[in-house]
Amino acid sequence: MTNLRGALSALIIAGTMASVAVADPVDDSLIINGETTLVTRTKAPAHVSDALDEVMSGWLFRGTETRAMQADDFDNPGMIFVEQAEDVWNTADGSEGKSCADCHGASSDMSEVRPTFPKWNDAAEEVFTLEMQVNDCRENRMGAEKWKYNGGEMVNMTALLASVSRGNTVNVAIDGPAQATWEQGKELYYTRTGQLELSCANCHEDSYGLMIRADHLSQGQINGFPTYRLKNTKLNSIHDRFKGCIRDTRAETYSPGSPEFVALELYVASRGNGLSVEGPSVRN
Amino acid sequence: MAKGVKPRVKVPKKAAAGEAITIKTLISHKMESGQRKDDDGNLIPRSIINRFTCDFNGENVIDVTLEPAISTNPYLEFAATVPEAGEFKFTWYDDDGSVYEESKKIAIG
Repeated sequence: MTNLRGALSALIIAGTMASVAVADPVDDSLIINGETTLVTRTKAPAHVSDALDEVMSGWLFRGTETRAMQADDFDNPGMIFVEQAEDVWNTADGSEGKSCADCHGASSDMSEVRPTFPKWNDAAEEVFTLEMQVNDCRENRMGAEKWKYNGGEMVNMTALLASVSRGNTVNVAIDGPAQATWEQGKELYYTRTGQLELSCANCHEDSYGLMIRADHLSQGQINGFPTYRLKNTKLNSIHDRFKGCIRDTRAETYSPGSPEFVALELYVASRGNGLSVEGPSVRN
Repeated sequence: MAKGVKPRVKVPKKAAAGEAITIKTLISHKMESGQRKDDDGNLIPRSIINRFTCDFNGENVIDVTLEPAISTNPYLEFAATVPEAGEFKFTWYDDDGSVYEESKKIAIG
């Protein structure tokens, strides 16, 4: 009887331990190419301080090898796509015969762009993501065909623009004309979707640091996008990631580039205000 | 010629004489295996980098045969001992006959 009770309590303990298996984010600092130190952990911005004390990059939730891969541009497979975008940056396209470089100069001069997007566009009277801004340039300034929102050329270009901003601090505006969109994004963040009835917050706010099966839940920050994922060996855009997450709740998802995802992107980006731009990052 | 092929090499700028250094190489290449079929069911012809060599001051360091199972953008990392200052020469051989070359100088110090 005593033996049986012992065995039972051992089982209960094992069960309890499995359900609260915590794997804390690592204590490590991200130094790109041995030169640029990025902020991967900082005090939460005021508008999320009721939910989080500290905001953390997804980099801290990944394994040693994956983290090392991102710390060196040569090892980071995402940089191949950055190089491809650099060629596109300098190549004229469309009826105006202009390249990105003709107006903007060198891509390295664009380091202030990624950290502030998504942001309000006065002319269009809506919040623009970086992708929308790129397509606006292509259509109206270059006279070129728009790129597919989450297509290869687009994600490469956003990777180039992120790569030149690495080390700069994410700082999207949530007030003024962008506020309504931000509120909509916040609403979406906390809305449960799908057959599993999960909101973004259930995993990325309530449960980050826990294991979701074999995966280590991060805070779902998007400062590292676009992300080179080892599982599909390509760059993944923010909206593709949103789509994947919502699909995993077994819901019908919004489309990449939809107003809902733009609003969600603004809100999620604002949760990372204070972190460094990291893209193209390397993740599972 | 395969499109978008671009070799990349990382070699330290200097090393101590006799020091073993790490060399990293990567070439962007689609490495089409020759096993896949297109939408119409036709075999996509093989197109891979089939050989890679590295020479230091004319002396061979490594000579690699690459096979179709090697994935896109082959990455090769190896060690080499540097007896003197000189130049590493890297060569990739494509199935279509193209040869891609890159070289890096290294100093002793």
